[in-house]
Amino acid sequence: MREFFGTFIRRVMALFRRRRLEDDLDEELRTHLEMAVELNLGKGMSAEDARREALRSFGGVEQTKENYRDQRGLPMIETTLQDLRFGLRMLRRSPGFSILAILCLTLGIGANAAVFSWVEGILFRPYPAVVHQEQLFALTGTALGEADLTSWPDLLDLQRSCTLVDSFIVTKIMGTTLSIGDRAEVTTGSIVSANYFDAIGVHPILGRGFEPGEDLGRNAHPVTVISYQLWKGRFKGDPQIIGKTQRLNNVVHTIVGVAPEGFYGTFVGWAMQFWVPASMEENFEASGYKLEDRGARWIEAYVRLKPGVTLAQAQQEISAAAKRLEAEYPATNRGRGIKLWPLWQTPFNNANTLLPTLEIMLAVVVFVLLIACANVGNLLLVRSFARRHEMTVRLAIGAGRGRLLKQLFTEGLILSAFGAAGGLLVAHWCRHALVLLFPARGGVAMHLPGEIDWRVLALSAGVCLLATLLLGLVPAMQTSKIDLAGALKSDSAGVVGGGGRAWVRSGLVVVQVSLSFVLLVGAGLLLQSLQRIRTMSPGFSTHGVLDTSVPLVAAGYDAPRAQSFQDELLNRVKALPGVESAAFGRMTPLGYGSFSSTAIAVDGYQPPPEEQPAVQYNEVGPDYFATMGIPLVSGREFRRADDEKAALVAVVNETMAAKYWGGKNPIGERVQVKGRWMQVVGVAKDSKYQSVRETPKPFFYVPLRQNFSRSAGLYIRTPLSPETMTTALAREVHALDGNLALYEVITLQEQVDRSTSPQQVAVTLVGVLGGLALLLATIGLYGVMSYAVSQSTRELGLRMALGAGASNLLRLVLARGLALTTGGVLLGAAVALGLTRLLGNLLYKVSPRDPLAFGSAFVVMTIASLAACLLPAWRATRTDPARALRE
Amino acid sequence: MPTSKSEVLQGTLDLLVLKTLDSMGPMHGFGIALRIQQVSEDLLQLNQGTLYPALLRLEQRGWIASKWGVSENNRKAKYYSLTRAGRKQLGEEAENWGRMSAMINRVLRTS
Repeated sequence: MREFFGTFIRRVMALFRRRRLEDDLDEELRTHLEMAVELNLGKGMSAEDARREALRSFGGVEQTKENYRDQRGLPMIETTLQDLRFGLRMLRRSPGFSILAILCLTLGIGANAAVFSWVEGILFRPYPAVVHQEQLFALTGTALGEADLTSWPDLLDLQRSCTLVDSFIVTKIMGTTLSIGDRAEVTTGSIVSANYFDAIGVHPILGRGFEPGEDLGRNAHPVTVISYQLWKGRFKGDPQIIGKTQRLNNVVHTIVGVAPEGFYGTFVGWAMQFWVPASMEENFEASGYKLEDRGARWIEAYVRLKPGVTLAQAQQEISAAAKRLEAEYPATNRGRGIKLWPLWQTPFNNANTLLPTLEIMLAVVVFVLLIACANVGNLLLVRSFARRHEMTVRLAIGAGRGRLLKQLFTEGLILSAFGAAGGLLVAHWCRHALVLLFPARGGVAMHLPGEIDWRVLALSAGVCLLATLLLGLVPAMQTSKIDLAGALKSDSAGVVGGGGRAWVRSGLVVVQVSLSFVLLVGAGLLLQSLQRIRTMSPGFSTHGVLDTSVPLVAAGYDAPRAQSFQDELLNRVKALPGVESAAFGRMTPLGYGSFSSTAIAVDGYQPPPEEQPAVQYNEVGPDYFATMGIPLVSGREFRRADDEKAALVAVVNETMAAKYWGGKNPIGERVQVKGRWMQVVGVAKDSKYQSVRETPKPFFYVPLRQNFSRSAGLYIRTPLSPETMTTALAREVHALDGNLALYEVITLQEQVDRSTSPQQVAVTLVGVLGGLALLLATIGLYGVMSYAVSQSTRELGLRMALGAGASNLLRLVLARGLALTTGGVLLGAAVALGLTRLLGNLLYKVSPRDPLAFGSAFVVMTIASLAACLLPAWRATRTDPARALRE
Repeated sequence: MPTSKSEVLQGTLDLLVLKTLDSMGPMHGFGIALRIQQVSEDLLQLNQGTLYPALLRLEQRGWIASKWGVSENNRKAKYYSLTRAGRKQLGEEAENWGRMSAMINRVLRTS
């Protein structure tokens, strides 16, 4: 073994000292021969005989040297180096070709690498600062199979009974207003379990994380760990920060730690600025103290499995535990389970919203890569034609075909290696590009970084090799067809569209056209779907209604003070010029937060045994329906009189009325919510609550006054713009309390647009890449047509001489180009019909076979190919018949 | 005229070179070739050229070492000498060879 390595090392060393060793060899052999000649002379031979005899007994000198060289170095590496040098020289000699080819590959490989890095950074390894992400899984509750949040007591019970889980990590995103000095702004943070920092292996750079027990006790531990950005930005990197205090939601918290740079929390998409232990939950969560309420489901959680434990094993154990909870606490847990998810499927953050888009992107970039490869393949073909003479000569003087193929593949490798290097650069620049596609929203720092780690690098290298193989294949096919005798005769010029080589090139163009057609169809479908979503009525007015809120909880208002503030503000706002009506409501439809859901009972409704009827609801003030533009089908809306002293009332939506009262008018009927009976006084039309794509679902409303919440949104019906309204509103708020800030004022349309941002991102990305693909395909078509024209000047000249006019030639070339396009479109349409189903999830009310999308893709493709053929066609008409025929 | 010359058996050249260097001390390539031919009484047909890749191979394995020196006729020549590893290798290979030839002889005698 040692000998083997010694040999190998000496051989590698020899590669670098070739010239010296070569001189040594010459000298040694010369000495040998001289000695032999001398000896022979001594034996009495003539000078000539002595020399001949010496050479004879030596054997071939050159052959010996060749054997010696093979033994000395590593022949394979040496020829490869030779190929590399030669390849680089060839590329330098035709810089136009090289730059175009490398550019195409850079785009192709770069698109792949960028999407890989997003997939890695957002789905698979979203938290770079967290150790052993492969053992980290998301945990949610399930209700009738659907993902739901979990409750604190449930989680504590799981923690006690699961042996395969190393740690349960609680994290719940929340927002607060941070006032430092005279600046106040909204910021996001997390409510976490005390084990949070230890369990994810993140160590604060200053101070400490949370200590065991700090998540216990109602409001018992007002401590916080702040993010590095917050420390550097708002606290100016104060080295004495530990032990200082900061008001969070009006409670003084002691800063106990500063998280390390590059740690943004564990919520895909948004950067967290501070963390508080779960004991402070009541202070940050709107609807009260929940740590002892098994029915209050508010927790987002992760688990870290013990080393070697698989998802399936852990799920089995946890499901068994959930079953026991169901049996033990039927009132709250009937029909509920617990489910683990791989990080990339995490249901409660932006991984979930981006997953379908990124899946589509993975397919799209493969298309772009193929198109880029086809383009470069075409370029290589042209060159292989130009290099045919070189190849023939090399074959004729004895190069093996294998050696020629190796040369061609090496050249392909050089191209794709440059392309890959450029592509990684592109991916590096695009790391943060995804964030730019999302509409900005006040107070939330979006954070969607691409991650270029070894897995992305390996995958990109794989793509590069694939590209190399594809690239090498084309000229290799051509080379294997070279026949020596034929090649010595000059080639006759091709006919437009004829000849074997032209066939390969045309095939490549057809493939390109078909691939970009598929992408165009996809982009068209997504665009149409986005338009449907945008123009679809969500069941409330999107124009002429503004939405804002005043952070009363953060300002330390208690319930009575908040109530009188709301009343006071409402009066003032209604008195503003241009305001038609205004109302408070706890949750904004289509906002980020989830509506609370509650168990209900209805007189005369017998639920099936496995179902615990639970319905989502909203707490809204008087005039809410009029302000939002949600029509009432029957009954009345809430009045000022529906306050804490009056009888409890509720408004249900149409779907709820139909489901629980079976079509009977529910007005005057009773519904039980959280043990309290309410009388239904109105039926509202269905609208969209959580997502514009949801199907109609049961929903009800209760008066804000009878279910008070200090955090509530303010809705204003007015024709005025948000900007105008902001000034007026800020003045009114300031007049009531100088310390209060105002959240941003936006239209409900803006709210809808924000909720559809994943669709918008998908459209933008597929659109951009579809455009790129179209450009590449157009370049490819242009290349093929102009080459065909340049190769068939003789034929064109002949046709002209025989009386063909310019328009005939123009038609001839255009027809040829369009024939290729048509072939590509037909192929592409067939492929698209099969593939667009994959868009399924992203499409809203658009058939995957939508004729409009296919039609417009066809039109765009035709226009692009006409543009690509026009210049070559025009050049064809400029053929000089006399010269063409003489050549 | 003696009977026809034998080709050098595959793999035995290494052994011959090692043995030569062992008994003669450091030598240059031509010397080694000459010596092998003398000792074999010219019965061995050796293309002297094939010696050089063999020398390189032995050197790469660390069994012999080379050094430029000056020959008796005042020529610059590369001298090869046996290393310690080479001496050990020679012992093993000689033993192998002995076993092998004894066995072949036995086979030839019995049949």
